[in-house]
Amino acid sequence: MDKQQDAPAGAHSDARPVLEGPDIARVLTRIAHEIVERAKGADDVVLLGIPTRGVFLARRLADKLEQITERKVPVGSLDITMYRDDLRMHPPRALARTEIPGDGIDGRLVVLVDDVLFSGRTIRAALDALNDIGRPRAVQLAVLVDRGHRELPIRADYVGKNLPTSLRETVKVQLAEEDGRDTVLLGAKPAAPGAHP
Amino acid sequence: MSKILIRGAKVLGGEPQDVLIDGATIAEVGTGLSAEGAEVVEAAGQVLLPGLVDLHTHLREPGREDSETVLTGTRAAASGGYTNVFAMANTFPVADTAGVVEQVWRLGKESGYCDVQPIGAVTVGLEGAKLAELGAMHESAAGVTVFSDDGKCVHDAVIMRRALEYVKAFGGVVAQHAQEPRLTEGAQMNEGVVSAELGLGGWPAVAEESIIARDVLLAEHVGSRVHICHLSTAGSVEIVRWAKSRGIDVTAEVTPHHLLLTDELVRSYDPVYKVNPPLRTERDVLALREALADGTIDIVATDHAPHPHEDKDCEWAAAAMGMVGLETALSVVQETMVDTGLLDWAGVADRMSFKPAQIGQATGHGRPVSAGEPANLTLVDTAYRGRVDPAGFASRSRNTPYEGRELPGRVTYTWLRGKATLVDGKLT
Amino acid sequence: MQRHLISAADLTRDDAVLILDTAEEMARVADRPIKKLPTLRGRTVVNLFFEDSTRTRISFEAAEKRLSADVINFTAKGSSVSKGESLKDTAQTLEAMGVDAVVIRHGASGAPYRLATSGWIDAHVINAGDGTHQHPTQALLDAFTMRRRLVGPDAGLGKDLDGRRVTLVGDILHSRVARSNVDLLHTLGAEVTLVAPPTLLPVGVETWPCEVSYDLDSTLTKSDAVMLLRVQRERMNAAFFPTEREYSRRYGLDGDRMAKMPDHAIVMHPGPMVRGMEITAEVADSDRCTVVEQVTNGVSVRMAVLYLLLGGAEPAVTHARPTEEK
Repeated sequence: MDKQQDAPAGAHSDARPVLEGPDIARVLTRIAHEIVERAKGADDVVLLGIPTRGVFLARRLADKLEQITERKVPVGSLDITMYRDDLRMHPPRALARTEIPGDGIDGRLVVLVDDVLFSGRTIRAALDALNDIGRPRAVQLAVLVDRGHRELPIRADYVGKNLPTSLRETVKVQLAEEDGRDTVLLGAKPAAPGAHP
Repeated sequence: MSKILIRGAKVLGGEPQDVLIDGATIAEVGTGLSAEGAEVVEAAGQVLLPGLVDLHTHLREPGREDSETVLTGTRAAASGGYTNVFAMANTFPVADTAGVVEQVWRLGKESGYCDVQPIGAVTVGLEGAKLAELGAMHESAAGVTVFSDDGKCVHDAVIMRRALEYVKAFGGVVAQHAQEPRLTEGAQMNEGVVSAELGLGGWPAVAEESIIARDVLLAEHVGSRVHICHLSTAGSVEIVRWAKSRGIDVTAEVTPHHLLLTDELVRSYDPVYKVNPPLRTERDVLALREALADGTIDIVATDHAPHPHEDKDCEWAAAAMGMVGLETALSVVQETMVDTGLLDWAGVADRMSFKPAQIGQATGHGRPVSAGEPANLTLVDTAYRGRVDPAGFASRSRNTPYEGRELPGRVTYTWLRGKATLVDGKLT
Repeated sequence: MQRHLISAADLTRDDAVLILDTAEEMARVADRPIKKLPTLRGRTVVNLFFEDSTRTRISFEAAEKRLSADVINFTAKGSSVSKGESLKDTAQTLEAMGVDAVVIRHGASGAPYRLATSGWIDAHVINAGDGTHQHPTQALLDAFTMRRRLVGPDAGLGKDLDGRRVTLVGDILHSRVARSNVDLLHTLGAEVTLVAPPTLLPVGVETWPCEVSYDLDSTLTKSDAVMLLRVQRERMNAAFFPTEREYSRRYGLDGDRMAKMPDHAIVMHPGPMVRGMEITAEVADSDRCTVVEQVTNGVSVRMAVLYLLLGGAEPAVTHARPTEEK
């Protein structure tokens, strides 16, 4: 779908960083402010990260929102594996955790958080998954990187960086919680036959 | 009938010799025999054996002609090098009267491929309760001398004792299917490590051994001879060895499949491996081979048991028991006994022709390959190796456990009283 | 994982842990307002039951429906008359209808294996209990229940049952649950002890990867979980044991015996229970008894198995089975 995180480590040896740690922190702060602004104080916001890295970004955003609003912002995770439209194209994947904050999502403003927005298919699956969990007042989308090449009529409400890419390139987000450092790498796609763009 | 010269055959595995058949009889055995007026078969070092004798087959006629008939069964026999087969009594109707045994005997005569000697049932309907008319079957045209309830055990000790005694009057022999019925209720396979894992009802060795032990003691007590069908366990071997050492008049047979296959194969749940008695363990297989080599077990008998495809193409519990064996017996014996060095070809002739003919009192079969003897012969290409292809079987059934398995030896010619029933591996 | 689930012995440790972890996520679906996932939409699963087992069939059916599969129930009544032919013919009929998976319960040991390997059909085969052979999803739900209770729902993720001591008591000889549990628990690192009268242990049990004892009391004190197996009263008539009373006295679990177990230890039963025979009401109704949980967990575990076998283009990938194992 729209992620490149599963590419082998060696595939990014010639990748160049387009965002470094301080950039990422700055961008998340900006997104937090935008959320507060657009959600008029963010008092009914629920952040739901899409595993794996979306969850870490959602938690970081929640911390920043708390600093701004001085209130706890509910944060959870939404695994979309079972809703993917490409399930039949690969062996089944291990499931990640779906953790909905205690007060649920009914009538709230849910902000979905993911690392990279690409084809839009992950977000389509996430909207389906949300539908089975409750009925939010509205759903918005925050992403760290939008690399274009949408295949569905989906757009992000909050974008950390718009990154024009070609389909021959890969975007890899690394976060300290999972990868030991914060960075976004742009590299050439390995010449693996049948690899999904 | 014309003359046939078999040139350069290793008679019973010995030095190459020529064998001249004149009509139904072996005219001469020697070297450099004249081929004048004779059709020549170049044996080129193949092994010539007396026509094989099988004391234990199921030809299914009358009653189950969908799986085999006397004609297809005798064709299978000729393909396997046999010139005489004994047909078990568990047909429909059961061969427990002079009428039924004569019918089978007549069908055998008409087939022309192999002599058929019917075996009579010991008890009426194989039910183990009432002696069948053993004397009448003996006096019939079929001249029955071997009696067996095979498929079922004569489990009642008194009935067994009476049968053993009764047949002495006309020199008959009772062939016992040794299976204690209560110990084998619901039994599906050998009881042991594999059955425990597979959850299939266990068939303990003791169910066979306890009956053999009882019957050799009964035979001793009443001074009769007893034959044990398809002996399958190491414990059975020990009992028979002990009985023989004591002078008890007991003979025993082993099937080719019990010389080769083990219950490990049942892990496939493929009913082609379902057989009675069941496939046992490696230890049993080795004990059986050793016993056949040292003479504790007297003969190899196939227990050829044809079944239609649908009776095997199902789950294990629903499947019929039994395997076809006539067309693969010699190959399996070569694989397990000859190629392992346990038995030479003279030994094979003894275990598969001379001795079974003696036990069954077959006239004209199981005779030496020498001048003046009936020309019942089979020629075997022992250098051949090939995969078993049931599609080529003459038997009407295909339930062989050897499909696709590479085995040595191929029967090329079979002669029944000088008439070729098999020529260059093809039935005439 | 392999294409079919026939025996618990076919699962590697990684397969089994993946199933348990997946089941843990599936269990959370039951807490949602809409207890349904679209994962198997458009896939058809047949529950082919040659033997009556309402509990197992309903459990599979619930799992299939929660994953949005199309479910066909086929109960072959009077299967004793319709012999082997009917298994093959029925299977091929289902295949002709375009079935993706067959969940089969059969009275004959090996019937699911035959179905999977005979070339009769292409569908995935899931064994829902065959004769006295295997019942792998039962073993998985038992392991899942143990891991939840003894390690914890979250703490257990990614973990096996290393070093946990599990005692199985009762009719081992006729039990597919026992065979499946011995295989799976061994794979997961647990130490298994079988307790039964010698008549109800199979010849050959000495080669199984477990201990065997005839004495319940001595094993209770060192058990983390005690699983009681149903003992059918008919066994008495076949001389497996003299009387119900004597069986209960020697092998039944009552309150006094339960008190000897460590405080954290649980009592399990695959159901249906014969109260008064292998288990007293006092034990069956206590907090330590997980019978009801096992039923709930059964749905989660079966969802996990269905997802991992059918959810993708091919079964889920875990580490290959080491070649030295059979």
